[in-house]
Amino acid sequence: MEFFVAQILTGLANASSLFLVACGLSLIFGVTRIVNFAHGSLYMIGAYTGYSLMQVLPGAVGFWGAIVVAGLVVGLVGLLIEILVLRPVYRAPELFQLVATFGVILVIQDLALMIWGPEDLLGPRAPGLRGVVRIMGEPIPKYDIALLIITPFVAVALWYLITKTRLGVLVRAATQDREMVGALGVNQSWLFTGVFALGSALAGLGGALQLPKGGADLLMDFNILAPVFVVVVIGGMGSLPGAYLAAIIISVLNVFGVSYLPQSTLVLMFVVMIVVLMIRPYGLFGREEVAGEHGQVGEPERPIKPASNTVRMVVAAGLLVLALLPLYGSHFSLVLITDVLIFCLFAASLHFLLGTGGLVSFGHAAYYGGGAYVAALLVTHVDSQMELAFLLAPFGAGLAALSIGWVCLRLTGVYFAMLTLAFAQLIWSLVFQWGDFTGGDDGLVNIWPAQWLKDTTVYFYFTLVIATSGILILRHVAHSPFGYALRAARDSERQAEATGIDTRKVRLLAFGFAGFMGGLAGALFVFSKGSVFPNELEIARSFDALIVVFLGGVKTLAGGVVGAGFFKGIEELLIRFEYWRLLMGLLIIFVVIAAPDGVVGSLRKGMERVGLRRVEDQ
Amino acid sequence: MLEVGNINSFYGKAHVLRDLSFDVPKGAVVALLGRNGAGKSTTMKSVMQIVRTASGLVRFEGQEISNLPPHKIAKLGIGYVPEDRRVFSDLTVVENLIVGFQPPREGSVTWTQDILFDLFPNLAERRNNRGKALSGGEQQMLTIARTLMGNPSLVLLDEPSEGVAPVIVEQMAQVITQLKSEGLTVLLSEQNLHFARAVADHAVIIESGARVYYGTLAELNANPDIRDAYLAA
Ligand SMILES: Nc1ncnc2c1ncn2[C@@H]1O[C@H](COP(=O)(O)OP(=O)(O)O)[C@@H](O)[C@H]1O
Ligand SMILES: [Mg+2]
Repeated sequence: MEFFVAQILTGLANASSLFLVACGLSLIFGVTRIVNFAHGSLYMIGAYTGYSLMQVLPGAVGFWGAIVVAGLVVGLVGLLIEILVLRPVYRAPELFQLVATFGVILVIQDLALMIWGPEDLLGPRAPGLRGVVRIMGEPIPKYDIALLIITPFVAVALWYLITKTRLGVLVRAATQDREMVGALGVNQSWLFTGVFALGSALAGLGGALQLPKGGADLLMDFNILAPVFVVVVIGGMGSLPGAYLAAIIISVLNVFGVSYLPQSTLVLMFVVMIVVLMIRPYGLFGREEVAGEHGQVGEPERPIKPASNTVRMVVAAGLLVLALLPLYGSHFSLVLITDVLIFCLFAASLHFLLGTGGLVSFGHAAYYGGGAYVAALLVTHVDSQMELAFLLAPFGAGLAALSIGWVCLRLTGVYFAMLTLAFAQLIWSLVFQWGDFTGGDDGLVNIWPAQWLKDTTVYFYFTLVIATSGILILRHVAHSPFGYALRAARDSERQAEATGIDTRKVRLLAFGFAGFMGGLAGALFVFSKGSVFPNELEIARSFDALIVVFLGGVKTLAGGVVGAGFFKGIEELLIRFEYWRLLMGLLIIFVVIAAPDGVVGSLRKGMERVGLRRVEDQ
Repeated sequence: MLEVGNINSFYGKAHVLRDLSFDVPKGAVVALLGRNGAGKSTTMKSVMQIVRTASGLVRFEGQEISNLPPHKIAKLGIGYVPEDRRVFSDLTVVENLIVGFQPPREGSVTWTQDILFDLFPNLAERRNNRGKALSGGEQQMLTIARTLMGNPSLVLLDEPSEGVAPVIVEQMAQVITQLKSEGLTVLLSEQNLHFARAVADHAVIIESGARVYYGTLAELNANPDIRDAYLAA
């Protein structure tokens, strides 16, 4: 019993900063409809800023002052991000803004590295709260008690702000119908900016508040992201009481998990999320999302057509240049282009899902990394032949996608996206924590291709053939009756159903097929590197693909491939610089602002404008 | 008070308003008439710049407003009541009114919650109910009350009689008459003449986004041909 109470208290204390960060994210999403990937970065800045301030400000007043000021500083950073990066892209198609926030993540990572260096920083202890108190004989850190007391106050203050003030009323009104709020004379831009700044400040506060417990390091931005998304989704996007309850559930469960099931701590959270969403698809306190209700529908898509002769010739010429690469390129360039080709296939498989199916998956790495792991596990555990392992990998990934898709497709929009992310994280944590079977953090090594593929040049050709065929097949399917059915389901579920299309089945098949192709890319990857590690399953990997698809252009068939080729190429060039993330992040932000239709879409529009290309009639 | 000159509006490539012009004189109630799909709502949205006008001018009290965002236009004193009501369904009646609040403006009537609750007694009873709990008629009144909280000098009322019970229609007519007597200017859209006849002084008839009639209501009453040609029964 004593132990039980102590566990719950620790869980509640841990919930404190999770709640702050999550309700910031939730507020921002509720009003601006932006899924702010950079929220973890704001949390990280909060921690670092708090740390620096605590170094110079003395005593207890200095400590608590530092936390508050850190929150304010991060609020200011959020203000700048909103004005400089997000404002120009509010009119872009839904979810495109998240690409911009991804650019912000990269920029902040490098800025933090520049300012605070690569060392992990140990958080200072709170003055006067160093020891423990005994509650029913169990030691509880005094700082935990302080957090326990502070959090309800912050929660009530927020609740008051949202329910009792005019600002709060406006925020809630804008969450429902921001156009109408504007028509009633409220300047939405400032409302958005204000909410973004407030949400950021909460993230910063959360970061600074957890310093004595967790310190500050450069990985905390991504590390907090998954739990925060989970909390927001379980609570219901946009609901503060939901976020509070969910933060407590997750934190308390986590504390018990550590004691009773140490092997499953990471998995547990996602299992809870999946269970909650199965029962309550929009979270505990969430509201159903209606697509397009927020006036964010992009312009209509152009009808897709078979490639013109010019395009065919360009593609053929490109392939020829690639095929001749071994004649003029270095060993290094072969390796590099192999990587790029694999990434192109990966991105194309996601693009199929996103562009043709309208299904935004935040967890596509599950199938890419999944394919790689299927092959690697076969080789490691049953000594399978490379050819067989290679063949089975995409089927394994496809099967995983079918079963995960079966669950996720009950939801739509942001909730669907979040659920795919949760499943991807679930797979990642399984692989990460089940060390005996998967090698855990050490990965699986010595996964080499068969004798006849050992040579770099041969493997390059192998990749060229497989990746190109994969991409062509994806393209072909997009043009097939199945592809049309999928697009019909995307554009109007009801009309599609009325014409006899089983939209759920069509989507499920598409999800499985995209997973299959992702797995194929993963199989190519694992044998090209000879090893695989859990980071191929990470959120960051899923985001990589997502970003290039958006940047390439969701609405053009070539978008995924061109985006992947373009950005992977640039990344490989930039990666030699110490601060390549900064450059890459700025580039991404620039492209998002300058080319809201993606690289391919904007190029096409540009060419139409100067008359190089005929404007297609509708 | 409001001058609309040769405006053109589009939804994507669909050309919806074609060189539309009309005036709304100060203190008048002007009825914007036309069949379903004629472009009445689009006209209102174009005045508010919720739909941006591609060309032409919109002047409010002499000031060009077609280059302003909706919230600035509202701040100048134009209140917009959309046809689909758009009450904030998760907010209470009082909170809906709070969203609409703007500081009093010189030269126009000042509305307060109390005055509005006197004007719409049903709303007063339901002040702490959420928008989604209200009946269609109550929602319609709430949208009007919410807009009046902004103390506008010109009110755009998009089909206030649509889809509400006859008693409510009756009440709407009274409200509009009262607004007029308080010195407000009203632009009101309707599909047929019944309602407009009771409250309006002038009429604009549009068909496929172009103006086909502009004059006093008395003239229109004297010309049943025009009415039969362009309006629903
Ligand atoms: N959001 C929209 N997108 C595309 N077309 C629209 C939209 N709203 C209205 N329209 C079209 O514009 C025309 C005028 O519509 P509207 O202004 O709503 O007419 P009214 O209010 O007179 O019934 C109609 O042909 C209608 O189909
Ligand atoms: Mg209408």
